[in-house]
Amino acid sequence: MLAYTIRRILLVIPTLLAVAVLVFFVLRVVPGDIVEIKLAAEGGIISAEEIQKEKERLGLDDPIMVQFYKYMIGLPRGDLGISLWTENNVSEEIMSRIGLSFELAILSTILAVLIAFPLGTISALYRGSILDYVIRIITIGGIAVPSFWFGMLLIMLILATFGNLPPLGTISIFDDPKTNLYQMIWPALSVGYRYSSVVARMLRSSILEVLSEDYIRTARAKGVFERIVIVKHGMRNALLPTVTVIGLEFAFLLGGLVVTESVFNLNGIGKLFVDSVVRNDLNLLQGLVLTVATGFVLVNLIIDLLYAALDPRIRYQK
Amino acid sequence: MSQPPLLDVRNLQVEFKLKNGTVRAVDNVSFQVNRGEFLSIVGESGCGKSVTALSIMKLLPKRVAEIKADYVKFDGQDITNLSENEMRKIRGRRMSMIFQEPMTSLNPVLTIGDQLTEPLITHLEMSEEESNSRAIELLNMVGIPEPEKRLTQYPHQFSGGMRQRVMIAIGLACEPDLIIADEPTTALDVTIQAQILELLKDICNRLGVAIIMITHNLGVVAAYADKVNVMYAARIVEKGGAPEIFGKPSHPYTIGLLRSVPRMDKKRGGRLATIEGLPPNLMAPPSGCRFKPRCPMAADTCDSSPELKERSKGKNHFTACFYSDDANKKGASIYVSDKDKFKLIKVKKDKPVLSVRGLKQHFGVSFRSGWLSSVSGTVKAVDDISFDVYPGETVGLVGESGCGKTSVGRAILHLNLPTGGELKFNEKELNQKSVALVRQDMQVIFQDPFSSLNPRMTIGQILEEPLKVHKIETEEDARSKRVSELLTKVGLYPYMRDRYPHELSGGQRQRVGIARALCMEPKIIICDEPVSALDVSVQAQIINLLEDLQRELGIAYLFIAHDLAVVKHISHKVIVMYLGKVMEIGDSDTIYGEPKHPYTKALLDAAPIPDPKKERGREKIILKGELPSPLNPPKGCVFSSRCNFVTEDCRKASPELVDFDNNHLAACINIDGGK
Repeated sequence: MLAYTIRRILLVIPTLLAVAVLVFFVLRVVPGDIVEIKLAAEGGIISAEEIQKEKERLGLDDPIMVQFYKYMIGLPRGDLGISLWTENNVSEEIMSRIGLSFELAILSTILAVLIAFPLGTISALYRGSILDYVIRIITIGGIAVPSFWFGMLLIMLILATFGNLPPLGTISIFDDPKTNLYQMIWPALSVGYRYSSVVARMLRSSILEVLSEDYIRTARAKGVFERIVIVKHGMRNALLPTVTVIGLEFAFLLGGLVVTESVFNLNGIGKLFVDSVVRNDLNLLQGLVLTVATGFVLVNLIIDLLYAALDPRIRYQK
Repeated sequence: MSQPPLLDVRNLQVEFKLKNGTVRAVDNVSFQVNRGEFLSIVGESGCGKSVTALSIMKLLPKRVAEIKADYVKFDGQDITNLSENEMRKIRGRRMSMIFQEPMTSLNPVLTIGDQLTEPLITHLEMSEEESNSRAIELLNMVGIPEPEKRLTQYPHQFSGGMRQRVMIAIGLACEPDLIIADEPTTALDVTIQAQILELLKDICNRLGVAIIMITHNLGVVAAYADKVNVMYAARIVEKGGAPEIFGKPSHPYTIGLLRSVPRMDKKRGGRLATIEGLPPNLMAPPSGCRFKPRCPMAADTCDSSPELKERSKGKNHFTACFYSDDANKKGASIYVSDKDKFKLIKVKKDKPVLSVRGLKQHFGVSFRSGWLSSVSGTVKAVDDISFDVYPGETVGLVGESGCGKTSVGRAILHLNLPTGGELKFNEKELNQKSVALVRQDMQVIFQDPFSSLNPRMTIGQILEEPLKVHKIETEEDARSKRVSELLTKVGLYPYMRDRYPHELSGGQRQRVGIARALCMEPKIIICDEPVSALDVSVQAQIINLLEDLQRELGIAYLFIAHDLAVVKHISHKVIVMYLGKVMEIGDSDTIYGEPKHPYTKALLDAAPIPDPKKERGREKIILKGELPSPLNPPKGCVFSSRCNFVTEDCRKASPELVDFDNNHLAACINIDGGK
C-alpha cells in the first residue's frame, strides 16, 4: 500500500508539468489582443505606437519562448505573473477567490453525501416500492433542474417564509463562522441538491449490482445477519464507483459556478474565469486553468488512493 | 428404517413471477436424503436442479420466487414456514452450500480469514482468537499450505482450485449436517476436479455429512453418488440408487443422457446417440409427459402426465414413464438406427494438409515487482511442437487450461505471430504474407457460441459476409442460395437466416459457427473447445454433425478440448500437452488404451467414467498441486514438479519425444517407472 501510494504521488508531478506546458501554448493560439481591448476601453484613438509601448511594458512583445521561460521559472515559486488587466499578482487574485469556491465545494459535498447515502441505500434496498419511486422522482428532479434556478427558488422560499433575505455576499469563515455558514448554506444547498441526486442514483445502481453478485449469495448462505451482508459485503464494493462520482463532482465545483455565484452574489472563481476570458487576460486565465487542473489532479489522486484502500486487487496489481 | 431422513422434501414447487409470465421452475419434486448420504441431482441446464437446491436453503430472491411445498423437513423440523431469522440460524450452521463459480463466490475486498471466520463468529459465537485457530485448522483440512499466511490474503491471490477449497472450508466451518454443492467443479480442470471431489467426499465421510451434489457430469455422479435424481423440465423423471440408474435406466431421457456422452472406456466408432430437439420452454411446457416431443418411444398415452412409480417393491427405484419396462429392456437401442453405424474411415497418410515443425510461441511479459522496478520474463506458451494433420483426419489436442493448446491454434492461424518453427499448408510455407492466401482454406470454430457471433447481424448476414469478403459469390441470388444450403447442411432451416443470434439456442448458434466455417469450403477447421459450453444432449448433436461433415467433405480438424472423452471419440490422433510441450502423441485408441506418459495416465485417471462399477473399481493416480507458473517452469522435464515417478535425472534435462511403436511418441525417461 505504501509503495503504491508513493508511486501514485510521484506520478502527479509529470502530470502537472504537462498541464502547465499545454495551458501556456494552447492559450497563445487563441486570437485576440488584450492591449487593444484594454486601450479601446479607455476610448479615443489608439496609435500603433501606443499599443507597441504597452506591449513592451507588459512583456508581451518578447519571443514566445522567452515568455514561456519566464512562466516556467515562476511556477515552482508559485509566481503566476501579474494580471494583464488589473496588474495585480495573479496568485493573490486567485487565492482571494479560491477559498470561497473551496468552501462551497466542501459544504455541498458534505450536504450531498449526507442526503445521498440514505436515499440511495433505501432506494436500492426497497427497490420497486413506493419509497423507491418517490426517491427516484426526487433525484431525477435534482439532475433535471439547473442549480441556479433551484437557487432562485430557494431565495424566494426563504423570502416567503422568513420575510427577509439571507444575507447575500460573504464574510470570511475565519472572521464570523456563524454568519458565514448561514450565508453559504443556501448556495451549498442549491448545488448540493443536484450533486446528491447524481451520487444517490449512482449508489442505488451500484448497490443493486453488488447485491446480485455471487459473493452476496455466499454470505447469505453462511447465515450471516442481513445487516452485515449489506454493510460489510455489499457497501464496501458498492462504494467504489460512488467514490469516483463524488470526487469528480467535487473537482468540478472547484472550477467555480458562474451562474450560481451570481444568483447568490458570491465572489468566487467562476466570475474571475468569465472576466479573464472576456478581457483576454492570458496570465490570469492560465493561472486559473492551472489551479483548477491541479485541483482535478489532486482529487483524482485522492480517489485513486481511496480505491486502493477499499479494493485490495488494486493495491497488489500495480 | 429406524432413523428418519435428514432431509425430507415433499411436493416442492417453485414459481418465478416474471414480467411476461410465470415459470414453474420446480414442479412437485419429492426426495429424501439420509444422514451421511451422497445424493446427486443431474439434468441439463434449465431443468430446475439449482433452483431446487436454492429453494431448500431459501436463497431465492423473494420478490420473484414463490416456494410452496407440502413440507420440507430438515432433521424432523418443517422449515417451509420458518421466519427469515430462524432460517438464517440454520444456514451455514446446519446446512451450507458450495457454489459453482469459485472466481466470483468470494468477496474480493475481504480477506480469506475474514470470510472464513464469519460463520464461526455468527453461529458459534467464537472469539476472534478461537475463530482464527479454527480457521487455520480448516484450511489445513482442505489442503491449503501455509494457512497462517493465507488467512490474511485476498481471494484474487488464490487460484480457482484453491478458492473452491476455501469455499469447502467455509461450508464445513460449523460442521453442518448437510452440504449442498452446486456444480462445484464445473469451472475447474479435470485434475483439480478430481482433487476437490476426493477431498469433499473424504471429509464428509469422516464427519458424517450428507451431500447433495448438483451436476451435469454423469462421470462425477457415477464416481461418488449413493442416490441419483434425474430431472427434466422441472420434474424428477427417474430416481434411485446409483447402480440402478446407471445399470438399469428405465426412463427414455435417462437412457438418452447416458448414451449421448462419449465414453473413454469404449472403442471408437459409430455416432453418439442423440436426443433430438431441445428441452421445452418452461413458460409454456408441453402437456402430459414433458419429454414426449423428444422421446423416441412417445405414444398417445403420453399426452397425460405419468406419475413417479416404484419399479419393483422395496428397490427405491422410481420412474415417471408409461413404458418404463419397455425402455428398460430396449436400453440404448431406442436411440440407435442403422444410419448411426458406420465404419471409421482410414486416413490416407500421403500428403499432410497441415504440417507443423518445431512451432514456438513465446510471449515476453513484464510486470511490477517492487516500486519503480519491474521483472520481465518469457512465457513459453508453445515450445517446440511438431505434428501433421492429413486430409479427413481429426487431431485432438488435450491438456489442462494454461497448457498452451489454444495458443497452438492461434499460432497456426497467425492470429498471434509464431515466434519460431515452420508451418506448411498443403506443402506451401505459411508466413505472415502467405497466410492471407490460405485463410479461406483454414477456418476456425470458437468455444463460446454466445459471444463469437455479432449480435447486431442476422444469421444470413453473418454467413454472407465471408462470401463477399473473399469474392466467392458476387451475385446476391447465388449468395442467398448458398446460405440456404449451408443452413440445411448444419441441420438448421433456411428461414432462420433472418433471425438474430439471441433468438437461437446455444446449440443452434454453434451450428451457425460451423456453417460460417464451412462456407469457405475449407480444407481444415481449427475447433477450439467447440462443445464445452453445451449441454450433453446438444454436445452429442454437434459432435455427430462434425463427424458427418468430415465423412462427406473430407475436412481435417484440429480439435482442441479439455474433455478427454470427447477428444477420444472424435480424434484419430491425440496430442497431450503440458506447459507448452508435447508429453505424448499417438493414435487415439493407443493413447487411451496404453498411455505411456505419467501425465497422460493421470489425466485419464482424473476424468471419471459414467459407470459406477468401472469407475469405483479402478485405481487412480491423483495429481497433486496445480499447474506451475509458466513464467517459471520446473527445470528439466516440465512435468517433474507434479510427477509421482520423478527421479533425480528428470530434473537434469528436458526429455526428448521417443518413438515407442508406430508413431506413438512420449517424452519421459522413466516410461517403465510409469507403468
